Amino acid sequence: MTLAIEMKNITKQFPGVKANDKVSFNVEKGEIHSLLGENGAGKTTLMNVLFGLYKAEKGEIFLKGEKIAIENPKQALKKGLGMVHQHFMLINRMTVLENIILGMGNELSLNKKEHRKRINKLAGKYDFAINIDEKIENLSVGMKQRVEILKTLYRGAEIIIFDEPTAVLTPGEVEELYNILNMLRDQGKTVIFITHKLNETMEIADRITVLRNGKKVSTIRKEDTNTNKLAQLMVGREVEFEVEIKEKKPGNEILKVKNLELLLGKNESIDLSIQQGEIVGIAGVEGNGQLELEEMIMGLRKVKKGHIYLNNKEITEMRTKDRKKMKIAYIPSDRHNRAIFKNFTIEENILLGYHYKLPFCKNHILQKDNLKKHSQKIISDYNIKTPDSGQLIKNLSGGNQQKVVLGREVSQQPEFILAAQPTRGLDIGAIEYIHNLLLELREDNKGILLISADLNEVIKLSDRIAVLYEGKFMGLKDKKDFSRKEIGMLMAGEMIDSEA
Amino acid sequence: MEIFNIINFDLIPLTLRLAVPIALAAIGGTLSERSGIINIGLEGMMLTGAFGAVYGSFLTGSPWLGVMFACFVGLIVGSIHAVLTIKYKANQVVTGVGINILAMGFTTTMIKVIWGKEGMSGEVKNLSDISIPILKEIPIIDWLFTDQSPLTYFMLIVVILSWYILFKTNLGLNLRAIGDHPRAARISGINVTKYRYICVMLSGLLAGLGGAFLSLVQNSLFVQNMTAGRGYMALAANIFGGWNPLGSFVASLIFSFAQAIRFNMIGYNIPDQFIQSLPYILTLAVLVGAGRKTRAPEALGEINE
Amino acid sequence: MKLKDIIGGISRSESVKDIYISLFSILLALIIGALLIFLIGSSPLQAFTVMLDGAFGSISNIANTLSKTIPLIFTGLAVAVAFRCGLFNIGAEGQLYLGAFFSVLTALKFSFLPAFLLLPVAILGGIISGMIWGGIPGFFKAQFGTHEVVVTVMMNYIGINITSYLVNYPFKAEGWVAQTDIIPNAANLPKLIPKTQLSAGLIVAIIAALAVYFLLWKTDFGYEIRAVGENPTTAESGGINIKKNISLAMAISGGLAALAGVTQSLGVYERFIDGFSPGYGFTGIAVAVLGRNHPLGVILTALLFGALETGALKMDRVTEISNDLVIVIQGLVILFVAAPEIIRSILKRRESQ
Repeated sequence: MTLAIEMKNITKQFPGVKANDKVSFNVEKGEIHSLLGENGAGKTTLMNVLFGLYKAEKGEIFLKGEKIAIENPKQALKKGLGMVHQHFMLINRMTVLENIILGMGNELSLNKKEHRKRINKLAGKYDFAINIDEKIENLSVGMKQRVEILKTLYRGAEIIIFDEPTAVLTPGEVEELYNILNMLRDQGKTVIFITHKLNETMEIADRITVLRNGKKVSTIRKEDTNTNKLAQLMVGREVEFEVEIKEKKPGNEILKVKNLELLLGKNESIDLSIQQGEIVGIAGVEGNGQLELEEMIMGLRKVKKGHIYLNNKEITEMRTKDRKKMKIAYIPSDRHNRAIFKNFTIEENILLGYHYKLPFCKNHILQKDNLKKHSQKIISDYNIKTPDSGQLIKNLSGGNQQKVVLGREVSQQPEFILAAQPTRGLDIGAIEYIHNLLLELREDNKGILLISADLNEVIKLSDRIAVLYEGKFMGLKDKKDFSRKEIGMLMAGEMIDSEA
Repeated sequence: MEIFNIINFDLIPLTLRLAVPIALAAIGGTLSERSGIINIGLEGMMLTGAFGAVYGSFLTGSPWLGVMFACFVGLIVGSIHAVLTIKYKANQVVTGVGINILAMGFTTTMIKVIWGKEGMSGEVKNLSDISIPILKEIPIIDWLFTDQSPLTYFMLIVVILSWYILFKTNLGLNLRAIGDHPRAARISGINVTKYRYICVMLSGLLAGLGGAFLSLVQNSLFVQNMTAGRGYMALAANIFGGWNPLGSFVASLIFSFAQAIRFNMIGYNIPDQFIQSLPYILTLAVLVGAGRKTRAPEALGEINE
Repeated sequence: MKLKDIIGGISRSESVKDIYISLFSILLALIIGALLIFLIGSSPLQAFTVMLDGAFGSISNIANTLSKTIPLIFTGLAVAVAFRCGLFNIGAEGQLYLGAFFSVLTALKFSFLPAFLLLPVAILGGIISGMIWGGIPGFFKAQFGTHEVVVTVMMNYIGINITSYLVNYPFKAEGWVAQTDIIPNAANLPKLIPKTQLSAGLIVAIIAALAVYFLLWKTDFGYEIRAVGENPTTAESGGINIKKNISLAMAISGGLAALAGVTQSLGVYERFIDGFSPGYGFTGIAVAVLGRNHPLGVILTALLFGALETGALKMDRVTEISNDLVIVIQGLVILFVAAPEIIRSILKRRESQ
């Protein structure tokens, strides 16, 4: 078996953290190799080193047995490496054709006709039905990914790295991706597949390398393992897949949404009702109206059609400030641009949204002592790792930052909590903490709307589940009335025979 | 019929002439901003170029060498902006403003140092206009080939050339990609840093050349702060023109038209201050009105990818 | 108690490294200035000695330095407040001209008021005109997203032209000079040191600095302004009204800049004179940047620049070096402060040696 890639003893250091610690692994030619690990394990960093985006402090890279040094992406591309990124590297207002030929060819002429012929031929080979004169911004997510793949193939990539490719796909699109990967393998390409998803790994990979905390834990053949074993390797201990949630009788209706049109031009709307003491989980791949729902409830986006009621009072036209006065807690999906002020202190972050009234403000003058006391209480209650409340919040880890946000919101005794992608990008410890917190709030009779692209999270925590697809709910039922397969199908937009 | 005394066909050649400095700087701005770097320092680069042109002509007695010196000087100032913003990741607006202030002080100081005078340099040999034989006999557009500065023709070439390169070549495609999504460009193998340096330095060169037009074509000396806000008008022209050389050129014509009208207003009892304000009011109106409709490079001003 | 708070506030929220950066920038700019002096054939040592004497060498020199500091404190505060909201107010020059003119106009037109009212009302007239002139770019930015840099620059030219027209035509005093009539005595800002240019405007400036500090860090209004400047979308999700704060910050900024003109007109010239400002509005940008957009930093930097300018005047008289060199130094300072990385890398090299 020839080795397509061998990476030996790769060490990559960032200020304060060793992202890759003497990692060695190899990939055989023509295989699909999964690089598995949880968030922060070092997978993307390792591949960025391979692709020339980072320079490793120590270690060697061998391509087809020959030692090479890759200084930048241009060299990587020349050596036949290609990368399909998690966040697409595409120019929105340019066409598919323009994106594919970007950076190629001689600098002075635009040979569109020649390229067009060749790209269409290539697209046909893999059965991609794509209009290459369409602008990227008009394409679906699945289509955009295909453009990324075409880009690498057009440059003659033999080894293609996929970074969390299924994060943004519906289950149906994931199936199509698997087909593409198999086709690539049949054409003799080598595929490296970065993921944190166990079931997909077991579905598609030939061999699996598990990374944990920057170190390589194990490389193993699919036949010799299963999801449980892999999970243990990823996390280092037994993992709970199921959580017992106590039965609870929900109370009064706290949030009602009627006829709300989330996405323009789709002519779809949703109805939703959330009771005190229950968690309603909205599952679905991001981009189907989740952001719109989140922002419309908080008053950050104008409602064109529909109504929103909180505690039986209509808030559809209300300013954000007034809605917050009605005891809504908001955990935004975009932590950096909605939830925190990176260059402010922890205290000044805790002030946000409550800065104009008691106890933090009296007659327009800020009451610093009250703020300090309150902040210290949050730090101790939520186990936030920081020397004091005067620290800049950017010095905290993502998990601790999110705890500050939660502390800020929950300590104000809200009645309703909107938690959007609350654990995205966090380490397992923080995730478990936040899950427990949400369940406690449910115990405490709060109404919670959980919006999450993490299906496991939604299934684990929710009493009722709705699946959001293209601005419409595909089913809104009690958790026990759903099967996992059903949810997956709904996420792809397939209607389920309600009789089944 | 008073209005026809103010607005008439005589204004066309004047409008084209006055547009040259603004258009050159505006296209410089287009290049810089298409590569993602905001360039507020066009005013300072233009002013330094205007000074450099006069100094060059003063030293050598040749206006053409003066023009080349202006380009050189503009290139240098452009490089300062480039190094500060690209290598040292400085705040692009602050750097641009700093360059403008620096240019004001430096050129004003140097007047005294070199000529010993206050506020105005001595007179130097300026760049004469030319007329193109045969072509100047063509009716209706005869003015286009009569008594025009060679720099005007150069400006027209720059407009067309830069438009073509930006939209019809791989080079331009790569550049436009950098302004929208530098990371994607980098990953496609494009040397983003190299493109940026070249574009920002070119913007300095073009603005400097525009300054040379001010001092050596429209005049034959350097007056302190003689750019009088044209660099900012160039910025507005770029925005109004949609980060497109053709659009920048048309927008520059509009601004220079407002300046040209002034000459026809002499003799009417309108206070000078009103007329002087016209170009600035127009720039303001254009910015507020059209600013929303044009689409800037998506990653303009971001430098941390 | 308050001073300790202020200093403590600086060193905690802005790291001490930032202050080093400012100090280093000044040093570097001065070194380059010295180099330039040397290159044009004069002695840097002599130049700086003359400057130092010109700035602090006698009571009347100190008074001159302080009086030059006053308008710089105001324009520095103006630019700093706008920066705190994420806005670039390049229009301080136009705003101070409006403030200068309208304070004088108010003093002239309201001369019937009793003495103890006339001065405050005149000052108010100036402040309001500045708030309007600053509020307009703020409004355009808030409503239309128009970039405030070009708008404020254009409004400089328009504003200066407006006041120039007013002082040359309808409100021109008798004689050749483009100036207004003298204001009534009651509207004068009294002199702090007789027979100098130093007026009570200094006290107004210090009060303004304290007020800005209090506003930005001790009130909820100030918190909102800083929040919008730090991250508008985060501020918005906390219920803060972005548009209102942008307009408010620019209006406050305009009012502060106007005070620079007000104190010059009411305290030094006792009338409005066409073209009286040697560019206070632009120097204010350097003051704000170097002063890290903090009132205390602004005061200290304004003092430094005031000293530089007063000293440079003497240098201009006594040596062959033009006082415009100071503008060069100011520009250099901005560049160096704008690129903290340069300073940081220089500091790192020194540490490793």
